[in-house]
Amino acid sequence: MSRNRDVSFGLTAILLHWTIAALFLGELVLGFWMTRVKDMALQFELIQWHKSFGLLVLVLAVLRILWRIVAGRPPALPTLSRLERASAATVQALLLAATILVPLAGWALVSASTLRIPTLLFGQVLIPHLPLIPSGHAEAFWSRGHALLAYGSAVLVLAHTAAALGHHFLLRDDVLRRILPLPTRDPLARVGDYGEQR
Amino acid sequence: MTGEYIRKARSLVKPSFLGALALLGGLSPAAADALAQGAGSYRIAPNSSIRFHVGQVAGAGINGSFGSFGGSFAINGNDVSKSSVAFTLYPKSVRAGEPRVEDFLRSNAVFDVAEHPQITFRSTSVRRIGPNEAAISGVLTARGRSGPAKFDARLRQLGSRSISFHVTGSIYRTAYGMGVGAPIYSNVVQFDMVLNGTRR
Repeated sequence: MSRNRDVSFGLTAILLHWTIAALFLGELVLGFWMTRVKDMALQFELIQWHKSFGLLVLVLAVLRILWRIVAGRPPALPTLSRLERASAATVQALLLAATILVPLAGWALVSASTLRIPTLLFGQVLIPHLPLIPSGHAEAFWSRGHALLAYGSAVLVLAHTAAALGHHFLLRDDVLRRILPLPTRDPLARVGDYGEQR
Repeated sequence: MTGEYIRKARSLVKPSFLGALALLGGLSPAAADALAQGAGSYRIAPNSSIRFHVGQVAGAGINGSFGSFGGSFAINGNDVSKSSVAFTLYPKSVRAGEPRVEDFLRSNAVFDVAEHPQITFRSTSVRRIGPNEAAISGVLTARGRSGPAKFDARLRQLGSRSISFHVTGSIYRTAYGMGVGAPIYSNVVQFDMVLNGTRR
């Protein structure tokens, strides 16, 4: 049941996708907000939450890639053009990379910061700094890198979301349904589902 | 860093005759009573140093100091327990080696210097705990909250017009609404001070 089926994604892939999506979007909003909040005590606490959730995204993203290797993924819908497949695959690959690279750049920023603020994962587990030499220059570099990657990811999220919604509401195909815990419209896909349930 | 500081502080000590006597064992209590010999009223001199340390999980923590403070103390020669201290610290003068940390400490996250420009300590009792040492209990007021605090003061130097104490003590910062950053940063603020008094 949890493995990826011929047309639809399996439950594990669906759960990983939406958990990471919610956390990643939350992190984008939190990251934007926390750097602008005036209350410095609140800002400190928000940054600590941002670090913990960012590391959680990183761990889940690594699991997701491992799961992709183990379970594979359903092929693109045959109704998609070659261009659609290529652009979807590119955006999806970049988003997958973003869920690894954005947290890593954040971790590098924390590690290179001259503030040397430790990371306690959800206030419980000490996460070591990456082996970087702290300096004002290195901190500025990773700060810019983390922000640029995050903003770039936001653009990718918009493109990915717009494409998914367009397929679902305008083209009325199974592109979005197969990453949701819903039956697909395509009868061929349902055959696959039924086959697995037998 | 603290070790280096203590070494420097020690190298600056020029023990007076009385102080030297007091530090030696086997003398009569009267001869060793340097604290009583220092009886009088003093103003805390600007060349005093107020240093503090806040430990952190896996790291050096925050080491800082305050440059602006004032106060006075009176040593009662007949009864040291009737001595008193009044001390005011201006947290805006905090130094921590990193401007962002200093700004953070001054902000409403920690000292809130805009609303609470002073931190005060008023002694309520002084108890002798050694020939050159006294435990000073009192009330510390910071961020509008008051709580009991205790410091140990050890005589370092006694001159005809001046006196110097090494004062140490720990404060639990959460009691004063400064709990931000715990448990990453320790709740305990360790003070390591040299208070120089000039006779009034």
